[in-house]
Parts: sequence; structure tokens; C-alpha cells
Amino acid sequence: MRAPLSWLRDFTPLDAPVAEIAAALNRVGLEVDAIDVLGDDITGVRAARVLDVTVHPDADRLRLVDLDTGDGTTRVVCGAPNVHPGMLAPFAPAGATLPGGLTLERRTIRGQVSDGMLCSPRELGLGDDHAGILDLDPDTVPGTDVRELLGLDDVVFDLAITPNRPDAMCVVGVARELAAAFILPFHVPEPDAPTDADARRPVTVTVDAPDRCPRYLARVATVTLGDSPPWMQQRLVKAGMRPISNVVDVTNYVLLERNQPLHAFDLDRLAGPGIVVRHAEPGEHLTTLDGVDRTLEPDDLLICDADRVPQALAGIMGGGHSEVASDTTAILLESAYFERMGIARTSKRLKLRSESSARFERGTDPDGVATAAERALELLTHVAAAGVAPDAVDQYPERAARPRIALRTSRVNAILGTALRDTDVLDALRPLEIDVTGGDDDIVAVPPTFRPDLEREIDLIEEVARRVGFDQIGRTVARPHNQVGGLTAAQAERRVVTDALVGAGAAEVATIPLVAPDLLARFGATDPVALTNPLRADESVLRAALLPGLVTTAAANTARGRPDLALFEVGTIFLRPPAGQLLPVERVDVAALLTGGRFRRPLEPDRPVDAYDAVDLVRILADTLELARWDLEAASIPGFHPGRAARLRADGHVVGAVGELHHDVLTAVGLTGPVVAFEADLDALRDAPRRDRAFRPLSPYPPSTIDLAFVVDDAVPAAAIAATLRDAAGGLAEEVRVFDEFRSSELGATRRSLAFALRFRAPDRTLTDADVAELRQRGIDAVTAAYGATLR
Amino acid sequence: MSLADEEARLDAALTEARAAIPNATSTAALTDLERHFAGKRSAAAAANEAIKTLPAADRPHAGQAVQTYRHAITDLAEQRRAALAAEEAATAAVTERLDLTLGAHTRPRGHLHLVTQTRRELETIFTGLGYRVAEGPEVEDDWHNFEALNIPPAHPARSMQDTLYVRLGGDEQVMLRTHTSPVQIRTMENQPPPIYVVVPGRTYRNETLDARHSPVFHQIECLAVDRHITMADLFGTIETFVRRLFDDDTIRTRFRADYFPYTEPSAELAVSCVFCHGEGCRVCSQTGWIELGGCGMVDPNVFNAVGLDPEEWQGFAFGFGLERLAMIRYGIDEIRTFVDNDLRFLEQY
Repeated sequence: MRAPLSWLRDFTPLDAPVAEIAAALNRVGLEVDAIDVLGDDITGVRAARVLDVTVHPDADRLRLVDLDTGDGTTRVVCGAPNVHPGMLAPFAPAGATLPGGLTLERRTIRGQVSDGMLCSPRELGLGDDHAGILDLDPDTVPGTDVRELLGLDDVVFDLAITPNRPDAMCVVGVARELAAAFILPFHVPEPDAPTDADARRPVTVTVDAPDRCPRYLARVATVTLGDSPPWMQQRLVKAGMRPISNVVDVTNYVLLERNQPLHAFDLDRLAGPGIVVRHAEPGEHLTTLDGVDRTLEPDDLLICDADRVPQALAGIMGGGHSEVASDTTAILLESAYFERMGIARTSKRLKLRSESSARFERGTDPDGVATAAERALELLTHVAAAGVAPDAVDQYPERAARPRIALRTSRVNAILGTALRDTDVLDALRPLEIDVTGGDDDIVAVPPTFRPDLEREIDLIEEVARRVGFDQIGRTVARPHNQVGGLTAAQAERRVVTDALVGAGAAEVATIPLVAPDLLARFGATDPVALTNPLRADESVLRAALLPGLVTTAAANTARGRPDLALFEVGTIFLRPPAGQLLPVERVDVAALLTGGRFRRPLEPDRPVDAYDAVDLVRILADTLELARWDLEAASIPGFHPGRAARLRADGHVVGAVGELHHDVLTAVGLTGPVVAFEADLDALRDAPRRDRAFRPLSPYPPSTIDLAFVVDDAVPAAAIAATLRDAAGGLAEEVRVFDEFRSSELGATRRSLAFALRFRAPDRTLTDADVAELRQRGIDAVTAAYGATLR
Repeated sequence: MSLADEEARLDAALTEARAAIPNATSTAALTDLERHFAGKRSAAAAANEAIKTLPAADRPHAGQAVQTYRHAITDLAEQRRAALAAEEAATAAVTERLDLTLGAHTRPRGHLHLVTQTRRELETIFTGLGYRVAEGPEVEDDWHNFEALNIPPAHPARSMQDTLYVRLGGDEQVMLRTHTSPVQIRTMENQPPPIYVVVPGRTYRNETLDARHSPVFHQIECLAVDRHITMADLFGTIETFVRRLFDDDTIRTRFRADYFPYTEPSAELAVSCVFCHGEGCRVCSQTGWIELGGCGMVDPNVFNAVGLDPEEWQGFAFGFGLERLAMIRYGIDEIRTFVDNDLRFLEQY
């Protein structure tokens, strides 16, 4: 919403400095996005008449424009599509300056000299319109300064209006707020259009859908089409609209001034002098003003002529057929109130938004319909020589109810933490045209019909807060008296796990949970939760694993010249909901990825990562969580190297995977190996049994150590043999550790030698040589029996 | 053998030791000499052995002489050992020298993502104020993300937040949450008031990743529901929190009327610029203020949606973006920095 200061002053005598006005607007919630001080920095820009337009010999989209500048002729190169002979346009010659400090110079563009440029509204600081050159009043004398011509001694407040305040989407509404803020008189003159009985044409209005169109008013007038006067064009341009013709400009002017969208139909292009408001038939078509053929549904509302032929998409956009054109001599002027949600639904479904639909869907003033039409006709008599038919057809069967809202001053103070009196509350609301009566903590407030947002007591409390000012509200701190603040066990442990991986030298990443389905499928997730409206194919499903995001991140960092990586993520993954559940299963996973060189020593070459680096992180994770029982089990796992992967089990349940990633995964993201990784279900890990935290007494007796080496089949996991050795020692084994793996041709291709170091200690005595010999023999017997191993 | 012989022998050995021990060239040689002069086959051992052949009256003197001799040898050896240690240390400084400026065994330091760091910092402040940390699902139903928050279908506020929807085959709309506010609803549904929670979490919008937009970002919001919560409590809690966050008690807060469907009255929340203290600088676009987020009093319709009586319970809520906060504090220009996960960024924090 762009509100020119000069226009606001039509309704209230604002004389505060611009900065104070902007501050007041911000305070009351009409946020000032920008303050455009028009004409600032503009020098030397003058009106020029276009004499001739020829194609640039060396550029398809550029044209050579010959100009009459009032004191001679010159030529510019111009790319705008709307330049035509006879047009009057703002011309910035070499030496002229434009907003932002740009100084024009004579330039050669593709071999043709350009003596400056023609300006769009945006280039003159008049809003965002940059689609073409500003079309000036054709009666302008070439050479006139555009600052004088366009009334550029004005200030425009560019406001961001929140969706609850349709009333503030117009100049009158903004003026009302400012008048209240500065305690100034506020007056909107009552419009009065003299009528002309000769213009009378019989008109009927039939509303088939009164719930969707509670009020429809039709007026008729004869008009003489032409351009609107400069003062009106200037105000439209300042407010960000393009002048089109006097009739269309008047409807836009009233829209900007009063927040009432109007539509002018060419009366002679309607099939008879009547209007029917009805729902669309299934599959019915209408070509809207923007030239798009729209397929309609019964929920859409149509404005039709007497033959029920669609002429407009109600409240959103007119149709091309009955559009006002240069040969129009009589119009039917529509001023209506449409139900908000219906407009919003159609506008959203058709992705068609207009100044009109934006206002109707937020809520216009049903009681302002007739006044707005009268205002338009008043203007038309001035700018289009209108003859206004005396009668109005006004279908308004059920007058809009104004809610009567009970308002307690005590409640105002309870919500705001203030100590306001009844009179403070009454004084706050009156300037907003809210009728307030009563007092003594029992006020009845009746809001005006242009404030659809005011329905409840709390809405009025907000109005009081806005008017009194948020800076009048104190500062206190509320604290809970029945709970201790802090993290849940799950939240605390997520931090502990994260910190452990940071301590292990890994960098935490936060990848986008939207991933590519083909990459996710490589990790075995072939049925992920998919988005209905993804922006990119690469982000079209929700991750069912963290590793796809990590490999993508690794590839990106490698491409940026950082190939040595230790990355991890703790984050939510998404699985399809089980039957009978609406929402997907969300669970927290932890995953890490390592690639490139690891643990470099000064001046020594890098050691490439291997799967044991990933296993080490798993060990750190399990140890951090103090898991009681966890192990790895060799397995074939999607996304991992077939011979270098294992399942992570906690208490026998599979909770994750670890190993080297599959070559195909690396190829898919452009990495070369080795890349090692793990991923685990953190929720499941947390649920697994933990080590007993009861203190184990420290034995004062010395340990005894022995080494044992076995030749065993390759498929027997070292961890299994270690577990057997531990069990065989019956609680006396303090540590069992593999310290060597050996293969040779004598052993055979499928067998290997594994050497273990065992440390024994008893809680109650020093182990004798005989004790140790017995423990040794029990270990040997157990391993040879269980795995067909031989002692080496 | 007589006592005199004994003493003479020990004197001779001591003289010899006084010449040899101070010239020992290594600790190993010193140990050998010690053994030679005081070990099992030394003069001292022989003298000790001979004591029992002496007359009873001489035996104490002889024992005294052996002791004196042994102490002298030990003293000599200790002196030489200390000297040798000093010599060896001096030599080692050269022969065992390592240039520690060469580098390190480069096991890298790990890093917490800046969003995690920021999130923890805020959690710490709010848990210190007595709040609990609440979380909820990232995929939400229409009720929790919109309807219960006073955003009915076709409400214009829905178009303020471009939503990513999820396809699960059912009739009900399921979406990636557009804000952390659905957790407010879930908390109020699951626990009776009083409620004091802070809700950090990931949120989603249907936006293409570029310098200023990201389909994924993080919010944190605060909800307090109790019998007498006022807007003054809201403003005061925010002021207390931002002063702690920036560790600066001169920070001021500014509230301007705004609109959110789930709070009323609603306000935009800004803090005096922490860089220029309100003078105007690049960070605050010369305004002296930094817009941080939104806040307001819980709308009665929200209380009604979760079955709480708005006449009995009052509440406030406020929230803002974690990335935005970090961008302001550390001068990060582009939001995409947070999702690019460039190691050079991660390593800075």
C-alpha cells in the first residue's frame, strides 16, 4: 500500500515532520517499508514528444527514438515496448540526474549515439513499475520539467499492511489512523454526483448466491472515454498504478482511496441491461482481462449479463468481452461486497491475485458500497463528462450486523498488565469510529463495518494497546513456581553424544532433510515419504537415513578442495507411518562419515581412512552411552562395501550399520574412496541396556598376562573368539585384546592366525602359576572346541 | 688380620674410588664402579667378612669403619650421578631436539554446527529462567500447524507461509511444519498449565535455496501459560532474555503492533542494535534497531482449541529464527551458509 502524503492531507491536516509520521505509522502497526521522497535528486528531466520510432540496425530489442525536446530534436536508444510516435514521455538528457544519484551521459549503444534516456515510473522513484516508459498527459508542452508535471514535491509512505487490517489498505484508512495518533480532525467529504435523467437505462440485478454476494449495487452512467486529468494520473502513479483511461482510472482511484474495488462494464456489450450473480457451471470457461482462458468450478462466483453469459470472475478480474474500451459510451458500474473465503478460495486455486481480490478476501466494508459508487460517479462527472442515471439497483437483503462487544477495563488491565481507567479505554477507541457506551468495567463497543477484524473483546484490547502505545506497558518477568527448568534425559543425552563425536574430532553438519530419492534408494530406503509439491527433484523426498546427506556434503566439500573430512549429524529421519497412523514415524539418528587422510603427522604422508576409523567412532558412541552389551556382526548392507560392513547390535537388536561405503554410492555423488561411515538409531541406542553403575571394588592383587594365538577359519570373527576366551575365564579376565592377525600360504587362503593378549586378575588373591596355567588351558579348550581352531 | 689392616685396606679403596668415580663417563660405568667399590666382591664386603675374625673389642670399630666407607662411596656416586644427569640433559637438548613448530599430529578439533551452538545458548538461558525444552514432530497435520493456531482453511495468513505438503495417500493434509508453533498446541494438549516451555526446532517453507531464502531453517519460541501472565510479563521476559544473550544490560527492546493469527495483541520485537548501541550502523541499516521476531498474548481461540478456558488462563508466546540471530551476531550475509555445510564455515566455530 503506497500512501502519498498529499492525498492523506485531503482527509486530515497532517503537518508533522515526515519522520514523526513514519514513526507513528510503525507504532500502530502500519509498518513503513520505505519512505519515497519524490523528486529527490531529479534534475533536468523534461517532457519530450516522440516524433519517430525506428528499429535499431544492430539489436532486435532496441529502437531509435527521435524526440522533440521543446528546444530542438535529439535521439535516444530505448528498449521499452510501449514507445510510440506522438507519445509524451519523461526525457532525461545527458547531464540530468535521477533518484539514487545517477547522472546521465551521452552513450553509444551498439554503434548508435543515445543522448540520455526515457524513464519508467520506477526510474523516477514512482513505485515499482518498470514495464514501460511513463506515458505523460498528451497535452503537455514538450520541455516542461517533470517535477512540476508529476507533482514530485510529495512523500509516499510504502506500507506493509498486515492481513487483519483491510481498512488500512486505502488512503482514508491510513489517514484515520494518523488523525487518531496525532489527535487531529478527520473528515471524509460525503460524495454527491448530480444525476441526469437522460442517462437512465433500465437495469436489473439478480443474485442467485446471496451467501457469496451479500450486497450488489449497480449504477449506470453515460461517459466520454479519454485520458484522466494529470492530477488523477499523478496520484495513481504515486500509489503504484498505471493510468489507463478516465473510467478505469476512476475505479482504481476509488479503490485506493476507499478500499472498495469497483468494476465498470461497457453497458452496450452486455446482453441487455441486467446483471446475474451466480455460481459457475462445472467446466464453464471465462477468458479474463489478462487473456487467460480459465476453467471454472461450481465454487467460483461469476458476474453474468442478463443472458447469464459470464462477464467477470466476481471480485477477482473482469472478462475481456465487456471491458471498457475507447468506444464505450455507457457503463454499468458495479460496487459489491463479496464473502471473503469464497474469493480467497477461487483466487488461490486459479493462482490469480488482483488489487481487487486482495481486498475482498481480507474484508471490505459492506456499508461503504453505495458511498464508494457515489464517489466514483462524482469523479466521473468531472473527468469523463458522465451523465449519471438517478436510480441505483442495490441488492442488500440482509444488512451487515455490527457486533456488540462487551469490554471490561479489568480484563484490559489483566491482559496488558496496565492500570488503565474506563475513560482511558473509551478515549482510546473513539477515534477509530468504534461506538462505545457505558463504563464502570462494563463497556459496550460496536465497531464500524469497515473493521471486520474486531469481533471479540480481545480484538478491542489490542486496539487499546495500539492506541495507548506498547511503550506504556511495563516490564515484569513471570517465572514458573512449580517446576525446575532443564532438559529431559533424551535431550541431555543427545547433547552428550554430540559432544563425544566433536571430541573425537568430527564436525557437526546440518543437512537439508529433503533428499533425492535415487540416492536414498542406494541405502535401501525405496519407499520414502514424498513431497506433494517439491521445488526440485533433488529435494523431493524426506530422508529415511542421514548418510545420503552426509555423502552429498562430503562430495561438495571435496569439490571445494577439502577432501579430508570427518563429518557427523544428529537429526530426524522419516519413515512411512504404520497403518492407522496419520503422521510419519520420526526418529533421531546419529551418523558420521570419514574420508581422505587421517591423523597426519608433520611432514609425513596422510594415512587414508579405513573402516576401523568408523568402528572407532561407534566404540566412542557406545562407550559414551555406557551400553551394557553391543557388538558388530558382518553383514551385507545396502550402501556399504559387500565385504566391509557390519550391523551394529545393542543387546542383540540391530540398531545401525558401520563400514566402508559402496563404490556405487561414491560414484553417484562424484567421490572417490575410501569413504567410511556409520549410522545408528539413537532412540534405540538410548533404549538399550546400560552398564551397571554400581561400584566394582578394585582388586589390590597383581594381574597375570598371557598371549594365545590360534589358527582359525577366516569367517570366524575375532570378536567371537575374544568373547569365548572371556567366558572361559569365568570372570577373572580383566581384558582380552587381539594384537595380531597373520596370514600365510602355509596356513591356506581361508585360514588366518589371530593372537590375543589376556590379562587375568582375581579380586581376592594373587593368581598362582598353577591358576594361570589352568585359565590358559580352559581358554584353549573352549576356542578349539567352538571354532575348530588350533593353537599356534 | 688386625683392625689397623682393615682400616688401611678401606682407606686405600676409598682413595682409589675418589679417583675413579668422579671420572665415570656414563651412568652405566658409574653403576659398575659402585658395584666394584661397595658390591659383593668389594673391599667393603671383604672387610665386613673379616670382622668376625677380629677380637670382640675391635668389632664395633671395624663395623663403624665399614659403614663410614660405604657412606663415602654412596656420596661420591650420588654426586657423580647428579653431574652425569646434568651433562646428559644438556646433550639431549641437542641430540633429541624436536622442532615443535613443525606442526602437530593433526587430529582435528571437532566442531558443533553454529545453529546447535546458538540453540544450546538459548536453551541454557531459558532453562535458567525455569523453562523446559519442548519438541514435536517436523511433519504435522493441518490441525496442529494451522487450524488450532487460529488459521482456518483459506485464511489469508496461510498464504504468508508457503507450505511443503507430504503425500501419504490419505485425505487429510499432512505438511512439513512451517513454524515451531504446533509444538505449543501439542504441549497444551498433553500437559495442564502452568506451562513454561521453550521450543527449538527445524521448520520448512516452499522456497528455493538462495542467499536470502532456505527451504529449511530453525526457529525457537517460548510459551508461558499461567493464571496471571500479562503483556508486561512478555515484554519483561524478552528484555531479560536478550540482555543475558548479548551480555549487555544496556540493550533496549522495542515493540510495535503486528499481526499473527495465534496471538493477540501481537507485536514485532526489535532490540537496540548491539553493534552501534542505537547510533546507526550497517548491521541495523542505520535504524539503530534490529528486528528479531514476533510476539504476543496467546489468542483466546488457541486456548479454546486445546480446551483451556481463556478466562482462567492467560499466556504469551514469542519466537524468532536461529539462523537470523546468528547472522546478526556474527555478520553472516547469506542464510544458505547454514545449509551448505562448507568445512571452512564449520571450522570457524
